[in-house]
Amino acid sequence: MTSRTLFGTPVSDPLKSKDGARVIAGVDVGGTFTDLVIVDQHRRAISVLKTPTTAADPSMGVVKALAEGSVPVHEIDLIIHGTTATTNALLQRRLAKIGMITTAGFRDVIELGRRTRPQAYGLFGSYVPLVPRNLRLEVDERTLADGSIRNAVDIDQVIDAAETLKEAGCEALVIHFLHSYKNPKNEEAALEAAATVWPNNYITAGHRLLSEPREFERGVTASVNAAVEPVLERYINRLRVALHQSGYARDYLVMAGNGGTTSSAHVSREAAKTVMSGPASGVIAAAYTASEAGLGNIITYDMGGTSTDVALVRGSKPLVSNEIALEYGMPIHLPMVDVHTVGAGGGSIAHIDEAGLLRIGPQSAGSDPGPIFYGRGGDRPTISDANLLLGRLNSKRLPAFDDAVDVDAVAAAIMRDVGDGLDLDAAAAAEAILHVANLKMAGAIRMVSVAKGHDPRDFTLFAFGGAGPLHAAAIARELAIPRVLVPALPGLTNALGCAVADLRHDFVTGLNLPVANLDEAHVEAVLQTHVDTGRRMLEAEAVELRGVTVEHSADMQFVGQTHLINVPLPTGGIDRQVLQELFEDAYFARFQVRLPNVEANLVALNSSLIGLRSKPDVTALNLSADHADRVEGALLDQRPVHFGGRWMDTPIYDRARLPLDAVVDGPAIFEQLDTTTVVTPDDRAFGDGLGNIVIEIGQAGHE
Amino acid sequence: MSKQVSPIDPVTLTVIQAGLEQICDEMDLTFSRAAFSPIIAEADDRSDGIYAARDGALIAQGIHGLPVFVGTMQASTATIIKMIAEGRCLPPEDGDIYAVNDPYLGGTHLMDVRFAMPFYRKGKIACWLSNVGHWPDIGGAVPGGFSASATAVEQEGLRFPPIKLFKRDELDTELLAVIFSNIRVPEQRIGDIKAQYAALKVGAERLHTLFDRYGDDVVHAAIAEVRSRAAKQMRAAIATIPEGVWRGEAFIDSDGIVDEPLRIALAVERTADRRLVFDFAGSSPPCAGPMNCVLATTHSAVYLAMRHIFPEIPLSAGAFEPMEIADPFGTFLDARYPRPVSGCAAEVSQRIAESVFSALVKAIPDKVTAAPAGTSGNFALGGDDPSVGRDYVMYQISGGGYGGYAGGDGLTNGCSTIGISKSPPIEISEQVFPVLFHRYALREGSGGAGRARGGFGVDYEVELLRGNAQASFVMDHGRFGPQGALGGSDGAPGTIHVNRGGHVFQPPHITKAQDIPLTAGDRVAVQTPGGGGYGPAFERPSEAVAADVALGYYTVEQARDLFGVVLDRTSGKVRVDETDALRRHAQSAA
Repeated sequence: MTSRTLFGTPVSDPLKSKDGARVIAGVDVGGTFTDLVIVDQHRRAISVLKTPTTAADPSMGVVKALAEGSVPVHEIDLIIHGTTATTNALLQRRLAKIGMITTAGFRDVIELGRRTRPQAYGLFGSYVPLVPRNLRLEVDERTLADGSIRNAVDIDQVIDAAETLKEAGCEALVIHFLHSYKNPKNEEAALEAAATVWPNNYITAGHRLLSEPREFERGVTASVNAAVEPVLERYINRLRVALHQSGYARDYLVMAGNGGTTSSAHVSREAAKTVMSGPASGVIAAAYTASEAGLGNIITYDMGGTSTDVALVRGSKPLVSNEIALEYGMPIHLPMVDVHTVGAGGGSIAHIDEAGLLRIGPQSAGSDPGPIFYGRGGDRPTISDANLLLGRLNSKRLPAFDDAVDVDAVAAAIMRDVGDGLDLDAAAAAEAILHVANLKMAGAIRMVSVAKGHDPRDFTLFAFGGAGPLHAAAIARELAIPRVLVPALPGLTNALGCAVADLRHDFVTGLNLPVANLDEAHVEAVLQTHVDTGRRMLEAEAVELRGVTVEHSADMQFVGQTHLINVPLPTGGIDRQVLQELFEDAYFARFQVRLPNVEANLVALNSSLIGLRSKPDVTALNLSADHADRVEGALLDQRPVHFGGRWMDTPIYDRARLPLDAVVDGPAIFEQLDTTTVVTPDDRAFGDGLGNIVIEIGQAGHE
Repeated sequence: MSKQVSPIDPVTLTVIQAGLEQICDEMDLTFSRAAFSPIIAEADDRSDGIYAARDGALIAQGIHGLPVFVGTMQASTATIIKMIAEGRCLPPEDGDIYAVNDPYLGGTHLMDVRFAMPFYRKGKIACWLSNVGHWPDIGGAVPGGFSASATAVEQEGLRFPPIKLFKRDELDTELLAVIFSNIRVPEQRIGDIKAQYAALKVGAERLHTLFDRYGDDVVHAAIAEVRSRAAKQMRAAIATIPEGVWRGEAFIDSDGIVDEPLRIALAVERTADRRLVFDFAGSSPPCAGPMNCVLATTHSAVYLAMRHIFPEIPLSAGAFEPMEIADPFGTFLDARYPRPVSGCAAEVSQRIAESVFSALVKAIPDKVTAAPAGTSGNFALGGDDPSVGRDYVMYQISGGGYGGYAGGDGLTNGCSTIGISKSPPIEISEQVFPVLFHRYALREGSGGAGRARGGFGVDYEVELLRGNAQASFVMDHGRFGPQGALGGSDGAPGTIHVNRGGHVFQPPHITKAQDIPLTAGDRVAVQTPGGGGYGPAFERPSEAVAADVALGYYTVEQARDLFGVVLDRTSGKVRVDETDALRRHAQSAA
């Protein structure tokens, strides 16, 4: 990144946060709420806060949350920020106007794509490229597949093209040449030339972001980066100024989609890496919390109002994928936490389809108008309405909306849209809605676990988000997952993830060689380069680190295959024989197939350098709470709740008052500010002493 | 199964249906991820499903299977069941897997090898798990199996009836040896066979869990109920089509042997009792070349066209019930032994679908698009690369424009109608094969003009860098462009130009040719078809036309001639008065 000067505060030692920052603030901006977690190690206190997101300028909401926090802003040592700025900009196409300079003959690569259609069935739909065709200009240059240069880049043409795009009003520029991943010389020369006339630093060269073949995917990834870079940088700078004014003068960190954090001074250069920042921080917090509780293998289950995110964490490490697509035709081939999203949440609408079958979604009432009981004009029954009718949600303890609708109105709507068609009464219809909804979530979890060779019985379901703990026990039973973990503050998981995330840089180098022909010394050298570069980048960050861990893995396949299996590499020397065996074992674990006489291919080497931050002590999350001595002391109420076809008198507990070592048999309900946890009959919930609730799923079958 | 099936509650029904669909999705995923051939692993040219024990009727099939297999898998499974009953193949045992690729026994072409495994519960077959994968070679005259000049199926490759390739979970190595002695590059096929086997095993394991959990009677009752509801749903969809006879047609450039077009004539009757009867009477007789279509594929093409029109109806045999396809005996849509058939899966099926679209777009214009490019655009280049001393076959498939429709313009470079396969990246092709692409571009002007215009085709040119090679093509829509609808224009037809030693020529059959010899420096240029336009072009908003011209999709002249929009050459803005006058004039002349 030598040719670029950075915007904003230069990074220098005096601004580094204090060794082992003592007061850490994690701030996550979501669609509806801005969440703040402040971990104050001086006072051994954690404070949390939820304020409405200020959609027009989210930095206002961040500053407001901090101002209302328990610690004066100037006493905060480090702020870590999770943002949806780039994701929202992409989904709503509120992007910078960008231009592209590309290889002659290939300007349409990012518009043509890979010969696809949006759905397998139905010939409808459209695709609009991120760079309009008239702003994609071609120059004479050509690098061949082996890296040799057939035509050196015509610098005059590059400068002319840059001038033209500048005059057309483009704010950011993409330079995307064929085979630049193999030899970046032409692309680098074009970058240098364009920089002489381009009015700012917003120039993305494809190979710098993603040094891998596949011209469509690399071109789109680079275009995504260019289109969000100015948007993110403006936001980052606005927030920096606002923080400065409120008394925080240090650098802050931003959460990236790979589950690591990056200095705010560097982050917008590789803005595309912050797509998925929000879901990633949730998974990081889940991995951390579960690991503290002694659970390394979890499936995260984050259910909100309109969608549900699931991800797999093995050995306390979230799985990372390089092949996320944000939407049709928008692949972003950068390492990101592998989060699988289903379009179903508390607001999803239940209805009977033309064949007379019960369906959930895809329509959603979202948060506006929201479920019927919000009383904001919603009149179609949602998953949340079903939870209310069955007594799982407390109609008296819901957010105070002006014209809250009573349970009878909810029951009437459920009868009209579901019950009458299925010949069920309102409670049975509501239970059917939950059953079908849970099945849909279970399907998503199967796709990240069973379908990838992981047995759910080896995992704990980690439930969070506003609606996750309502459904988790039933879903765990559906999938034979033995237990559920509900953290202390399920609604603030993302903000907590910010507070505990490490710094992280990922590297990928393509090799594409049969293992038998591998030069072991070369492999070592590649990995060493990753390590050296990563260490330099970590040292440049404005945070003192407790240490650095290095993880290496190889993307492998049998010679002749195209799909890859990621194989973690042992530390120490790389041995061809060992590589072949590691791969064969991984392949067997995935497909139960052995192919003893087929040779393995090493496609790419991956390294992750993780800069370890001193972890705040989150057990303080519970110390401040007002726990009762005995379970009975947390009892709020008894009310009928519908389980398995009948109403059962169910105790309702105040989660904040529950003893840390409570043991409660289902059925039971725990209410807290940000969520409701349902313990179904036959299950047993107990406090793990750290503030989490673990629900052991009983064996008895029941719906 | 007992006749006294207790009425099943709708929630359990939904649960079981979703469970069956997930099992199929998982089988699809396992097959692709474990496979070796890019055609399966990358192009997803495979399908997995669950079929009835009695008659092979479709119970569930993966949504990510290749669409052309929508109807063939049940035909293939049905044939095996029938042949077992008639004693024409060995009786099944638990752990057996039959393999078959005979196109005339419910298949497509020889390359599509079907595996079928009986699924046992308490000693009886409860249903069948079947899958199909496109093998990259099956022997025959040319690598890959698409011989454009074959005149009998024997020239297309090895053909086998249902044989037990696995007996009680053991691979029969003798049969395997026979197969491997008859196909090219057999070493890697063992990986594909094990992938195809692994997918069925995964399916069986999951299916046992489902049966154990809900009980065999309940699962069987649910399967029967889903089938009858899908039929009901299809009838409800058919009810939206006005009663009467709707006619459509489509043309194939040639069969590759005799240079004249083949015609598909279709009359779709919507009956008073809410059925559709598809009658192909009047279509061309069987042809000499490989563009004949076996009956299972003809049926499947009709089903997949209907599924493109009504994608919300679940994949179940019930959905096919209200559709009757009159026996197309005596036409090229009912190929009998030994007619060559390699082109039926990729090309003829798409023309059949096009005939369905062209008939029904008149009846339900909001549900159907103008014709899509509808060709798989197969270009195969086989040769030896002297720099690595190895033979290779490169497949370059290409997409084309989709048709305009009531809701918008057609998609550019859409996938073939019957496929979901992505085209290979240029960078990967150049790494693996001795070729250099000079151009990979949007084909300007190719989208058919219309109120909603067609999408655009692709325009590429590729040069052979080293050694000698043979170029073969199986494409279509070179003689006629994809049809416009409701007053829209046809999309541009496809073209192939071969530059051999500086001499440029088009193949005599326009879109089909076999083994054109090339040497280093020779080039092939392909332009793929654009989609048909929808509605009169003079009704397209003039601003939309100006935007198209600004993006270089059409020229200023085309804007005037095709759309009746006059643009200022410098500013690109619409000249409103002149445009109004031109459009008024055209209207009064009409």
